[in-house]
Amino acid sequence: MKHFWLLISARNKEYYRDLGVLGWSLVFPFLVILGFGFAFRSNSQILFKAMIHGTPAPKTALSEFHAIQTVQWVDAPSVDESLSKLRRHAVDLVLDTESQPPRYWINETSPKGYLLEKLLRGTGAPVERGTVSGKEIRYVDWLISGLLGMNMMFSALFGVGYTLVRYRKNGVLKRLKATPVGAFEFLSAQVVSRLFIIGLSSAVVYAGCHALVKFTMLGSYWHLAVVLMSGAYCLTSLGLLVAARISSEEFAGGLLNVLTWPMIFLSGVWFSLEGAAPWLKKVASAFPLTPVIEASRLIMTEGATLSQVQPQVATLLILGTVFLVSGAALFRWK
Amino acid sequence: MTPILEAKNLKKHFIQSRNRIQAVDGVDLKLQAGRCLGLLGPNGAGKTTTIEILEGIQDPTDGEIWFQGEKLGGPRSASMARYRERTGIQFQSTALPDYLKVREVLKLFQSLYSRRMDLDEVIALCHLGELLDRDSDRLSGGQRQRLLLALALVGDPDLIFLDEPTTGLDPQARRNFWDLVRTVRARGKTLLLTTHYMEEAHELCDEIAIMDRGRIVAQGTPEVLLKHHFEGNVIELPLDAFPRGEVPAVLPGKMRTFDGRLEVQSTSVNATLQALLASGAALDHIKVRSRTLEDLFLELTGKDLRT
Repeated sequence: MKHFWLLISARNKEYYRDLGVLGWSLVFPFLVILGFGFAFRSNSQILFKAMIHGTPAPKTALSEFHAIQTVQWVDAPSVDESLSKLRRHAVDLVLDTESQPPRYWINETSPKGYLLEKLLRGTGAPVERGTVSGKEIRYVDWLISGLLGMNMMFSALFGVGYTLVRYRKNGVLKRLKATPVGAFEFLSAQVVSRLFIIGLSSAVVYAGCHALVKFTMLGSYWHLAVVLMSGAYCLTSLGLLVAARISSEEFAGGLLNVLTWPMIFLSGVWFSLEGAAPWLKKVASAFPLTPVIEASRLIMTEGATLSQVQPQVATLLILGTVFLVSGAALFRWK
Repeated sequence: MTPILEAKNLKKHFIQSRNRIQAVDGVDLKLQAGRCLGLLGPNGAGKTTTIEILEGIQDPTDGEIWFQGEKLGGPRSASMARYRERTGIQFQSTALPDYLKVREVLKLFQSLYSRRMDLDEVIALCHLGELLDRDSDRLSGGQRQRLLLALALVGDPDLIFLDEPTTGLDPQARRNFWDLVRTVRARGKTLLLTTHYMEEAHELCDEIAIMDRGRIVAQGTPEVLLKHHFEGNVIELPLDAFPRGEVPAVLPGKMRTFDGRLEVQSTSVNATLQALLASGAALDHIKVRSRTLEDLFLELTGKDLRT
């Protein structure tokens, strides 16, 4: 067992003594979060945003309210979903014209909701009042889980995949093959080392970003850690699988880029795919980064528990094991 | 006596651009415990492939390897696992995990073996004491080779492979390394060494095996091989020692010209010298010497050792 820990420790030292890699993996997320924090500091939006379920009857007080030009109306697929957005301050008011009498909801802590309510009441429309409560979720709150996921993905895929290919090319793997260490043992040590590094760097990035921009965290830290570690396990194992046989760094780099770029855009790091075409959503759901970001975002912005994100965690663990076992079976030292 | 290592009819071929290349073509080898065998051959003779098969790094296409009386199985077999425990390897060129100090590299590799040589002993043996806190990738050529030898020793192996261990070292570092190898040998270790340097083979090996075109073309002690393949001495003199540079058509002995020189393999130095004098040759720059392993190598492979 001692040699297993020494293998892990050797890899850890290699990581933290390479100041370039260490710096980049820790500094990059801060730069992004700082940039976004600055960009979203002064919100220049002058419109109210409201969601409507159904259509108001023409020439009624409600249709007058619906026609106010400073309000941007978005069709609500369901009232529940709209209320969830209202809780997070993603919209200022929700109107359900299909209920009898029509109902509206505002967030009690939202000044914009208060103003919109005044406008609605001013029309004299016969509506029933409803309220929700919840803290505002800014873009930066939404972004942080994507950023943690993306940083983890780069660390997992390049940190393991690229390193293994380099080791194969320069003969480190050949040297290790000549010792009694087995492939599965060696690869497991790489995975455990990377999980440790990702755990630590994610904690630093999280704490640092929180100090810079006080983002929202509604769920449990332990639940978030379980999700992130499941994701790290899955993505690290994917890195191993990619690097199982390749001996060209250029090819490995290309392949890893082909894997990472679609995930950056389609796994929900920067923007939500809510309104995207169904086929695109299906493609995105096949990427291992998608469940990581989905689950961590649910925990952070909606206070979801581990049992609520169980499907995502199970997907990550199953995929990770498939990747690890396939990677070990296909692995070539030379 | 059962040899510590025996190779029986080892074969290995590669397919390259649809061509079949027979890198190793039926190699048989026997190495007795406590001996040092030098494997020599020109580039492309198949010696790196052979030694990598013997090290368990490559699988042979055909043939068997026996270690301490046990036939070795495939890469994941129990016999191969035991073999890896009992062998130490110094590769010709290898990298080590980045950013590790010499001490950390030694500890890491030592931990991979169940039987271990005491680390302080290895450090003293390979003169690494002053280098322990140095980054392993910031060593000179000689220091690096000493570290690589130490890594081959940390598992206290019975059999050690040294693949061209002194290539690229300056003469002093090479001689220092030879002293280390002699110390290792004195501890009863068995060595299999490949080298480009005849002097190194002479200094360190009990016997040598010469490879060419994937086969072993001669194996034995240097003395026996020389005796078996050559008779007499070599007489050398420059071609311009002859009047108008014209070399006599016939002289007593086997004649060969190369690099502006005439070489005569003679069983009777007296008779050859008299014939040379009779031809009018000036003998001011004549050399008379015994046959060397370099000559044997040339004789058997038709190539210079370092081409």
